[in-house]
Amino acid sequence: MSDAIAVHLAPPSPSVPVVTERRWVRRLTIAVALAFLFLFVILPLAVVFVEAFRRGWGGYLAALQEADAQAAIRLTLTVAAISVPANVIFGLAASWAIAKFEFKGKSLLITLIDLPFSVSPVVSGLIYLLLFGAQGLWGSWLMAHGVKVAFALPGIVLATIFVTFPFVARQLIPLMQEQGTAEEEAALTLGASGWRTFLTVTLPNIRWGLLYGVLLCNARAMGEFGAVSVVSGHIRGLTNTIPLHVEILYNEYNFVAAFAVASLLACLALLTLALKSVLEWRHGADLAGGAHR
Amino acid sequence: MGIRVAGVTKAFAGAAALHDIDLAVRPGELLALLGPSGSGKTTLLRIIAGLVEADRGQVFFGGLDATTLPVQKRQVGFVFQHYALFKHMSVADNIAYGLRVRTRASRPSRAEIRRRTSELLDLVQLSGYESRFPSQLSGGQRQRVALARALAVEPRVLLLDEPFGALDAKVRKDLRAWLRDIHERTGKTTVFVTHDQDEALELADRVAVLNQGRLEQVGSPDDVQDHPATPFVMTFLGQAARFPADIRDGRVLVRGKPVPVAASRSQGSPFQLYCRPWHLKPTAPGQGHQTGTISGVRRLGSMRRIEVLRADGAKLEVEVPLATSLRQGEEIGLEIVDGVLFPES
Ligand SMILES: Nc1ncnc2c1ncn2[C@@H]1O[C@H](COP(=O)(O)OP(=O)(O)O)[C@@H](O)[C@H]1O
Ligand SMILES: [Mg+2]
Repeated sequence: MSDAIAVHLAPPSPSVPVVTERRWVRRLTIAVALAFLFLFVILPLAVVFVEAFRRGWGGYLAALQEADAQAAIRLTLTVAAISVPANVIFGLAASWAIAKFEFKGKSLLITLIDLPFSVSPVVSGLIYLLLFGAQGLWGSWLMAHGVKVAFALPGIVLATIFVTFPFVARQLIPLMQEQGTAEEEAALTLGASGWRTFLTVTLPNIRWGLLYGVLLCNARAMGEFGAVSVVSGHIRGLTNTIPLHVEILYNEYNFVAAFAVASLLACLALLTLALKSVLEWRHGADLAGGAHR
Repeated sequence: MGIRVAGVTKAFAGAAALHDIDLAVRPGELLALLGPSGSGKTTLLRIIAGLVEADRGQVFFGGLDATTLPVQKRQVGFVFQHYALFKHMSVADNIAYGLRVRTRASRPSRAEIRRRTSELLDLVQLSGYESRFPSQLSGGQRQRVALARALAVEPRVLLLDEPFGALDAKVRKDLRAWLRDIHERTGKTTVFVTHDQDEALELADRVAVLNQGRLEQVGSPDDVQDHPATPFVMTFLGQAARFPADIRDGRVLVRGKPVPVAASRSQGSPFQLYCRPWHLKPTAPGQGHQTGTISGVRRLGSMRRIEVLRADGAKLEVEVPLATSLRQGEEIGLEIVDGVLFPES
C-alpha cells in the first residue's frame, strides 16, 4: 500500500518526447509551410486590398459604383441565384437516388458527376458554344425561335451550372450513404408520405452537409472564369460577370478599379472560408463522410 | 388482429431469399421468427410490413388483403434492429411523429398528442426523458423509445426485428421480461425476429423456425423442442448427438441394440437418431449403446454435464444429476433412453 503511494509521490521521470531529435525538422517544415502560405496566399490577398485602396475610400467606392461594375455585380448575383438552387435540386436528387436506391447505371452517374472536376472549364464552355452558338448544333433552331443562349444570360447560367454541379452532390452522396434508409423506413411505417419523410427526416439529417455544399458551390459559381469567359462574349455592361469584368479592367490598365472589383471576390472567399470553418467546427460530425475540399 | 402470409416467395437478384412461405399468426399472439443469420427472417418481416415487395404471395391482416397496400397504409408498428430513431428529434418528438404526420382530419389535438406521448413514456418506463435526444440514451433506452414510437400509432400488429440483438446480455434479459409484460398489457399481435433460440423459446407463444428461406416448423416452444419436425430444427434448438439407426420388425436399433424410441415404420434403413444430452444415461462400461471415456465434467445450472470421448474421437454430451460420482478419465457406457428419429437425408 505505502509502496504504491510512494511510487505515485516520486517525481515523475522526465518524459522523453519521441520526436526530440527531430525537433529542428519539425520546425523547418512548419516554417516552410508558413512561408509558402504567406507568399502564395496571404501576400496576394493583401496586395488585392492594398491596390484596391490606392486612391482611398473614394476611389474604391467610385470603382464599385461605376455602371459597368454594377452591371457585372448584378449579373454575377443573378447567375448564382439561378445556378446554386438548380444545383441544390440536382445534387439532392442525384445523391438521394445514388444513396437510397439500386439501379442500373449508378456507377456511371457517379463518374459523370465528377466530370466537371476533370474537364477544363474552357472546354466545357466551348461545348456549350458548339451546342448553342450561332454556328452550333441547335443554334439556327434557337435563332429562329428568338432564343439567345450563347453570349447571353442563359449560356452563362448553363456553363456555371455545369462547372459547379459536383459540389452539392459530392458532399451529400457519402453523407446519405452513411445514413442509410432506416430512418426513412421508420417514418414510412409511421404513416408519413414520401415527401413528408424527405422534409422531416432526410433533410434535417443532411442540412449541415447541404449548407457546406451550397457554400462551396456558391463560391465557385461567383468566381468561375474559364467556362463563363468562353460563352459570355464579353459584352460590357451586359454579359460580363465580376471575374470577367476584373480582367477587362486590368487589361485596360485600370488597376485600382480592377483590384477594387476583385476585392469583392476576395471578400467572398474570406467569408466562405470563415463560414466553412464554423460549420466544420460546430457540426463536424454531421459533415462526416463528406469529402472535405 | 391475426396475420396471414400465403405463398410468399422472394428472390434478390436471382438468389432466393424466401420459398413459398405460409404462416398464420393468431390474434394476440407473440410469435418468434427464429433462424440462423441469412435465413430470410428480416425479409419476411419486411414483406409483412410492406417495406419489401414479395415476388409472389399474399399478406393478410385479419380479413384484409394487405398485399397491395403501401407501407404507410398498413398501420404496422415496426421496430428496427438498430432502432432507427430520428437523430435530430427529442424522445417526445420521436414518439409523437406518427401522430403528427396524420392528415388534419385524423390528427389528434396537440393536448391529446402530449397526453398519449407521456402515457407511452410511462409504459416504456422513460418518464422524464422526453426532451433527451437519442444520442443521450443507452441502447436499452433507445430500444424502448423505438417501441413507444411504434405503439403510438396504435398499429394493427407489432413487428420487431432482432429487438435485443445489439444489447448486452444483462439488458437483454431485463428487456425480455419487460417485452412479455408489455405484450400482455397491450394484447397486440406481435412477431419478433431473433437468431437466439433461448430468447425465442423463453418469450414466444409459438416459434416459427426458418432455414434458408424455408419454414421448417411452426409450433409452441414445447412442440418444437420435443417434436422437432426436421433434423435442422432438432440441431438448431440445442445440442444433439447423432447416431446411425435401423428399424427391424418395428423396433429401432442402434448398433444392433434396441432403443426405446417409437418406430415410424416397421422396416428400413438408414435412419439417424438424434439425442439430446438428457436422452443419454451412463451405465457400466461395455453396456448400453455407446462406450467412451469421460473427458470433462461441468456444472450447468442444477445439473452436471459430462463430456464423453468416443474411441473414434467424437464427443458426446450427457446430462447427469448434480450429485454424480463420475470422474474425469473414467470409462463408461451410455444407454440411449430417448431420441428423435429422422430418415437419413
Ligand atoms: N436488399 C437486399 N438485396 C440483396 N440481397 C438481400 C437483400 N436483403 C436480404 N438479402 C439476402 O436475402 C437473404 C436473407 O436475408 P435476411 O432476410 O436479411 O436474413 P436474416 O434476417 O434471417 O439474417 C440473405 O442471403 C441476404 O443476403
Ligand atoms: Mg435480419
